[in-house]
Amino acid sequence: MAIVQRKSKGKIAFDIVNYVLLTLIALVCVMPIWHVMMASLSAPAELQLNKGLILWPLGQSTLKGYELVFENPSIMVGYKNTIIYVVLQTALGILCTIIAGYILAHKTFVFKGFLMFLITFTMMFSGGLIPTYMVIKNLGWIDNRLALIIPGCMNAFNIIIMRTSIQGIPDSLEESAKLDGAGDLTILFRIIIPLDKATIAVLILFMAVAQWNSWFNAMIYLKSRKLFPLQLILREILIQNDVTQVFYGADAASRTDIYKPLVRYCTTIVATLPILCIYPFIQKYFVSGVMIGSLKG
Amino acid sequence: MFRSKDGIGKANNPRIRKYSFRNIRHDFKMSWEVYLLAIPILLYFIVFNYIPMAGILMAFENYSPKKGFFHSAWVGLKHFRDFFGSYYFERLIGNTFAISGLSILFAFPAPIILALMLNEIVTKWFKKTVQTMSYLPYFVSVVVICGLIKSFCDTNGVITNFVVALGTARRNLLSDPALFRPIYIVSDIWSGIGFGSIIYLAALSSVDQELYEAAVLDGAGRWMQTWHVTLPGISSTIIIMLIMRMGSIFSVGFEKIILLYNPLTYETADVISSFTYRKGLIENNYGYSTAVGLFNSVVNFVMLLISNWIARRFSETSLF
Repeated sequence: MAIVQRKSKGKIAFDIVNYVLLTLIALVCVMPIWHVMMASLSAPAELQLNKGLILWPLGQSTLKGYELVFENPSIMVGYKNTIIYVVLQTALGILCTIIAGYILAHKTFVFKGFLMFLITFTMMFSGGLIPTYMVIKNLGWIDNRLALIIPGCMNAFNIIIMRTSIQGIPDSLEESAKLDGAGDLTILFRIIIPLDKATIAVLILFMAVAQWNSWFNAMIYLKSRKLFPLQLILREILIQNDVTQVFYGADAASRTDIYKPLVRYCTTIVATLPILCIYPFIQKYFVSGVMIGSLKG
Repeated sequence: MFRSKDGIGKANNPRIRKYSFRNIRHDFKMSWEVYLLAIPILLYFIVFNYIPMAGILMAFENYSPKKGFFHSAWVGLKHFRDFFGSYYFERLIGNTFAISGLSILFAFPAPIILALMLNEIVTKWFKKTVQTMSYLPYFVSVVVICGLIKSFCDTNGVITNFVVALGTARRNLLSDPALFRPIYIVSDIWSGIGFGSIIYLAALSSVDQELYEAAVLDGAGRWMQTWHVTLPGISSTIIIMLIMRMGSIFSVGFEKIILLYNPLTYETADVISSFTYRKGLIENNYGYSTAVGLFNSVVNFVMLLISNWIARRFSETSLF
């Protein structure tokens, strides 16, 4: 009895420490975003004087910052562009990835091994930044939306996840369809895609988030502001600390300074909120996505 | 890991060679739709992956976009000699290794520790809440993360105030070369800890529960159980992840670096990939930049082969 007692005391101490530490970790993970969210609702004058973490809106909470952001053409154009890039690239990408995965999981296709090698080799070696840039340039895709939609829509990693998942579908289904005279296209669209919805959903999710958050290709390939995705506008505002583009009204000069921090916070939230809103609901999918990618892959 | 189980497409008749005309014709008749579907896929990889690989020849030219790929002056290994002999060479290698090494030392174990801690939690809702909260940073874009770092480390930023309270001089932390790497690593841990723990939690859940019962019968306490049951149970996952991480020790992504560094911190922050970007796309020194990039790709490739070889020797799984 005494032993049990002592053990459980140690266990209780351990549990308390563990709970406290985990709570801290969880708080540290969300704190910066919470800070930005609360700051974005704060009164601009108080915000300028603030020095610590913001747990609750400072002063009279206001939506003024959001008004400025939504009035601002360049942010709205960026939003629209991001949506265009995300939708088109993900749609194209998932279609190509499914097709590639199907081909590589095909039973008899003679060039399957060759194609598999060609695709996996790209995971190990690449031409690098400049030669890739030159290809895009020679295609005439500089300052063209295509440069953000087509390159990068497929990658070897996703294709292999797709292939592994298709290989998991029982052969008997395909064979009976073949006996009924179904061709490969019919099998792909009538059998494979409906049966593999879970993997497809996970891949769509990852592709969409990756494209939503990407900025580098946009920076090197795009020149005109009307094509810029949101992340590139964000970079101007957050990294280069340049809000002149955000305020180009007549009375801009007087308002810029006091609203500058507020606008930075609001833009961050506007750009991040869509993802923050959906991710808790889809997390069970991305957990399975990570598993397919790393274990079965 | 990705080795194919069923080998390459077998000919229906074993006497016919696989790539013989007859066999291909037969295969084409059987499944011409697959051939049709394969064309765009093949084209994509040729255009966006293999033509750039051929473009590596630029590394041996004084490439100028006006003269083009075939007419630029051939300079042989000049760019490589320039790079190896330059003042930057040692600095770039050193920084790349330092940042990668620190990341393996600190950012790699962090998700494992988190997973072990979460594994001890019995309250389901608490575990779930902590997990959900810890995934959040993974979905925040690099630009936003760097924006946060910039504002927190600014002269008046939250972190700066904290550091000043600990008794150091007030300054913009991002212009201090000594602090670049810690900032980089800490933010890496922040963004990856939750998401990285997923795979270890899955490995933990597959550890045989009977082993714990047996350990308890043998009088093992909490720590003994962790040491003798839990860790061995997930060690293969840890080893594979570590080997894969080691394979990319020479590749530090440039996105976060080019968003955070500035000329003041180049001495500790500039890595090969950011240097390639700067030389190539800002200074338009295409040939030289391609040469540096090629050097990086080749080293990465060799590291990957080595780590894959090690993985294959010590475990069933390997990348290829």
